Amino acid sequence: MNKFSSNGYLDMELLRFTTAGSVDDGKSTLIGRLLYDSKSIFEDQYEAIRLTSERRGEEYVNLALLTDGLKAEREQGITIDVAYRYFATPKRKFIIADTPGHIQYTRNMVTGASTANLAIILVDARKGVIEQTRRHAFIASLLGIPHMVMCINKMDLVDYDEAVFEQIKKQFQTFASKLNVKDIQFIPISALNGDNVVDKSVNMNWYGGPTLMYLLETIHIGSDLNLVDCRFPVQLVIRPHNNDFHDYRAYAGRIAGGIFKPGDKVMVLPSGFTTHIKSIEGPDGPVKEAFAPMSVSIRLEDELDISRGDMISRENNKPEVSQDIDVMVCWMNAKKLQLNGKYSIKHTTRDARCVIKKIHYKINVNTLHRIQDDKEIGINDIGRISIRTTQPLFFDKYQLNRNTGSVIFIDEATHETLGAGMII
Amino acid sequence: MQSYNLKHIKELEAESLFVIREVVAQFEKPVLLFSGGKDSIVMLHIAYKAFYPAGLPFPLLHIDTGHNFPETLQYRDELVARLKARLVVGSVQESINNGRVAEEIGINASRNVLQTVTLLDAMEEHGFDAAMGGGRRDEEKARAKERFFSHRDEFGQWDPKNQRPELWNLFNGKKYQGEHFRVFPLSNWTEMDVWQYILLENIPMPSLYFSHYRECVNRKGVLLARSEFIKLQKDEKWEKMKIRFRTIGDMSCTGAALSDASSIEEIIEEVAAARQTERGTRADDKRSETAMEDRKREGYF
Repeated sequence: MNKFSSNGYLDMELLRFTTAGSVDDGKSTLIGRLLYDSKSIFEDQYEAIRLTSERRGEEYVNLALLTDGLKAEREQGITIDVAYRYFATPKRKFIIADTPGHIQYTRNMVTGASTANLAIILVDARKGVIEQTRRHAFIASLLGIPHMVMCINKMDLVDYDEAVFEQIKKQFQTFASKLNVKDIQFIPISALNGDNVVDKSVNMNWYGGPTLMYLLETIHIGSDLNLVDCRFPVQLVIRPHNNDFHDYRAYAGRIAGGIFKPGDKVMVLPSGFTTHIKSIEGPDGPVKEAFAPMSVSIRLEDELDISRGDMISRENNKPEVSQDIDVMVCWMNAKKLQLNGKYSIKHTTRDARCVIKKIHYKINVNTLHRIQDDKEIGINDIGRISIRTTQPLFFDKYQLNRNTGSVIFIDEATHETLGAGMII
Repeated sequence: MQSYNLKHIKELEAESLFVIREVVAQFEKPVLLFSGGKDSIVMLHIAYKAFYPAGLPFPLLHIDTGHNFPETLQYRDELVARLKARLVVGSVQESINNGRVAEEIGINASRNVLQTVTLLDAMEEHGFDAAMGGGRRDEEKARAKERFFSHRDEFGQWDPKNQRPELWNLFNGKKYQGEHFRVFPLSNWTEMDVWQYILLENIPMPSLYFSHYRECVNRKGVLLARSEFIKLQKDEKWEKMKIRFRTIGDMSCTGAALSDASSIEEIIEEVAAARQTERGTRADDKRSETAMEDRKREGYF
């Protein structure tokens, strides 16, 4: 058996991270280096971008071309949309959501951040913490990303000076005290020269911490999901119409929180009936327990009227149930959010409609100040609103559970996704 | 102590299961696009698990270019019988006969592009409102920007600059009559993940993926297998080579790779050491830098 067909590869964890930075801070160079050094760039890909760079008269092979896949992006030299990149090391498998720094930054960053466990934020060592750094950090914290890695880049251009690094670190920590992030790390790097990216820098002996790659490979992500509060939104009902499984009825879905076991006493919402779990089917057959984010189907002891959008949880640990909900919304469409406007919404597996009852304030994403006198929420704006839904939602605060605390707003006429909401 | 940490292959599987079930919950008449390639085989395998012990709640749609490898068709028919699945075939030959499309001419003529029309016609004829495909984001740069739920207008077109934002696990499948969705449950899988999963789940694969001797012609670095669809040009000749296919498409545009890999383990070893992307052997992607995006805009897979 070789190293790949042994259990090594199958034993790896998956880390999803997002990268944020502004135009010239070396984000593409950093991603290119992570991909290149982990041998995730293939010869034909490299050859294709080398030729394109050459044709454009660029001095270096432009690694940004790896992620800018669309014709319009390549023509204009900008990133329009979130791009997903994949690489693996012998320790972990990684999904990068690479978000453009300038155009539609909020919309794209929010999208990329919504599924990430970790955010890499790049800071140019020569510029220190600037407006964009604060904006990126705020969005990462708003989206509940548990780990933040501040990469102080271009250390080679400040003579690998420890004082510069410490100064930026201090500057950022002052700001970060206002944010809700569990874990912030600082790494001095040079993406161009590879200092502290994969290999430890020989130019910064004063730095005793991990390299970026080591951190990505080892950071503890096992506690990122909520394994305490049991939440199972019913996705659909499985009822085989065949003779072998006559009275079989199972509720399929993805566990949104907690751990479920056969025999557990559970309560079903909205009906409020209680019953016990008879069995849980995983993708490979019955399981003794199931936890987030597994996709399973659950059979119950009693026959109850349960359908898509219902929630299975515990009697003494239920989600909140309400039609009046406060949400931090990030707006993603040129059509402004309308006070008293009606929208379709999706929350877990539940579809509903809502009306916007109140716009409390808008947030200045650079200073975190609340703007009270301008309550127009347009594209890329973030603000706090109150909504009333046509039927109760079963939810938790977003900071407690991203799966049961998130909601999207949909235009009833065009069906476009207009906004993303985090329940507060 | 029990670890409550899903390993990455199982997490990817859980995500794909969720997406496939979401398709059945949100659409009236979904279909699974089955090409006989490894990605659609894995997707079908997961789809079967998603509804077990119930049967598959949707049919399979195979777009038959008429240029398929015979091995692909045989594998398809056996699998359909084993899963008791329903199979719908859209025929490019019929589209040609009906005058919907014209056969390409020239030495690299292929029916690859023509498939789009047959696919869209089949969707319309059967009233399918969501088509699940095995496309992965790591395959090709235009696919890196694709959503799980990808909206298509009434002409089946994709507008990459105007895609719906997709957040968390909340998939917006709302649409008007006549519009449809393409859904990609394997979006986050890599070629390596697919092979590892095949090994883990012990999924039988078509013989084309394993090393065998075959007569091929080397056309500008692409090894094309001998068939009635490939006409030799001046200075070209058939040579017997030990090859396997990394991807399986049409006989007219799928290139083979020299290989000794005769088991899944050996394929995995080869994939791990590969310095070319799998689509590096596809003549259909080599037509231009944006060949994939151009075809996808029109409604390609």
